[in-house]
Amino acid sequence: MNRQTLWRKELKPGGKWSGVIGRGRLVRFTARGAGANLAALLYNADHPEERYNMPDTLKAQHTARLTKGHVLMSDNGRVLASIVEDTLGWHDPLGALTTRGMTDRKYGRTTFQDRRNDWLKNGLDNAVTELVRHGLGPRDLVPPVNFFSKVRCDAADGRLHFVSGHAPAGASVALRTEMNVLLVLSNTPHPLDPAGTYPSVPVEVEVAPAEPVDPATDVCVNLRDENRRAFENTWEYFSLGRDLG
Amino acid sequence: MTDFVRKESARREEDAVCDAVIPAGEGWMEDLEPGQVLRIVDLDGNQAVDTLFYDAGHPEDRYSAVRTIASQGGLYLTTGSVLLAESGKPLVTIVADTCGRHDTLGGACSAQSNTVRYGHETFHMHNCRDTFMRLLAARSGFGKRDLGPNVNFFMNVPVTPDGTLTFADGVSGPGRYVEMRAETRVTVLISNCPQLNNPCNAYNPTPIRLLVWDR
Repeated sequence: MNRQTLWRKELKPGGKWSGVIGRGRLVRFTARGAGANLAALLYNADHPEERYNMPDTLKAQHTARLTKGHVLMSDNGRVLASIVEDTLGWHDPLGALTTRGMTDRKYGRTTFQDRRNDWLKNGLDNAVTELVRHGLGPRDLVPPVNFFSKVRCDAADGRLHFVSGHAPAGASVALRTEMNVLLVLSNTPHPLDPAGTYPSVPVEVEVAPAEPVDPATDVCVNLRDENRRAFENTWEYFSLGRDLG
Repeated sequence: MTDFVRKESARREEDAVCDAVIPAGEGWMEDLEPGQVLRIVDLDGNQAVDTLFYDAGHPEDRYSAVRTIASQGGLYLTTGSVLLAESGKPLVTIVADTCGRHDTLGGACSAQSNTVRYGHETFHMHNCRDTFMRLLAARSGFGKRDLGPNVNFFMNVPVTPDGTLTFADGVSGPGRYVEMRAETRVTVLISNCPQLNNPCNAYNPTPIRLLVWDR
């Protein structure tokens, strides 16, 4: 298991990043403090009109939380990325991105003029800026996965409760890219986090080559029949598109 | 004890300015003026009505399921729920509801998601995503990028405290309806779901009726 790190970057609190990560990479997020939240949006880098589909992902796997074994599915029934490592057991797919208005109301209004680069960024502006960088825009927004956050749902009435203290310092989760993925990241608070102070937790992103997928034993392929069929759709896609020369 | 909030409407069918029956497998894409009210009637019960909303003056800004549930702090839509766009702008408010609970996590069926959920042999079957795309293509400026997680009126998709997503039996019945008021000029996109593989509609997709009032 000698995985050579190809690239490493620390996202400061409020920070954002986007880029294309080729198929077969391991992308590990590590919280450098307690109470992190990292919002992630995923697209097929080669054809971004194919993108992460939250409902398809959740209903196929009968889950409203994401952890090791789960996969992030596209709207074309394929696997964009698999969750292959996780120290937490729960990452939230139901929360949204924060907005400028929400951030101002909760933590107090900040501007670049007043605070320079310590002003408090919001998830929606971060995500849209990065989407525009790739020729996309607001219409391409998808629900984020809010890594490191847990939101519990009441059985009777569906009320949502943010679970404070869920992610300790050092918590980590790793994705394996199953397609060439355009990844958009925003290190901004979870919208339902009741904390009155803006969480200031850096998150480290690290990319390394992934071990090859063994369809017979892989935990994500074999989690349920639905996952295997989504992988079959993905393998079919690459089989049809591969250069035969 | 499951909480359902049921509220009837005083609007009379004979006052409606639009009255249409949409068979299963077909759709509807129309604009509502601010203040207009749309009623969706589940004529035979336990139908799923997949619905998206766009700010008609700024169609890049569409309904956001996650913005809406985060804003109201709860998963289910019913009377009083304000359906928000990605920007946070209110698009429609549910003003009456004799079903009592509607889903916005279950999304819309597609040929591709059917292969994942039900098996590769279901690939040929008609689905909501195809209806959405056909209707979007008929309006200039819209395309596949404008699809996002939708509302499933009359569907019940409960989440348990341990994070399991379940597909419960239908909570609707013949003649149950939901009404929503446009808070701005809104484009409404509906697919009356043709799903034949899901027990939530008793494997029997049925027609819906749509009524629109000016106020």
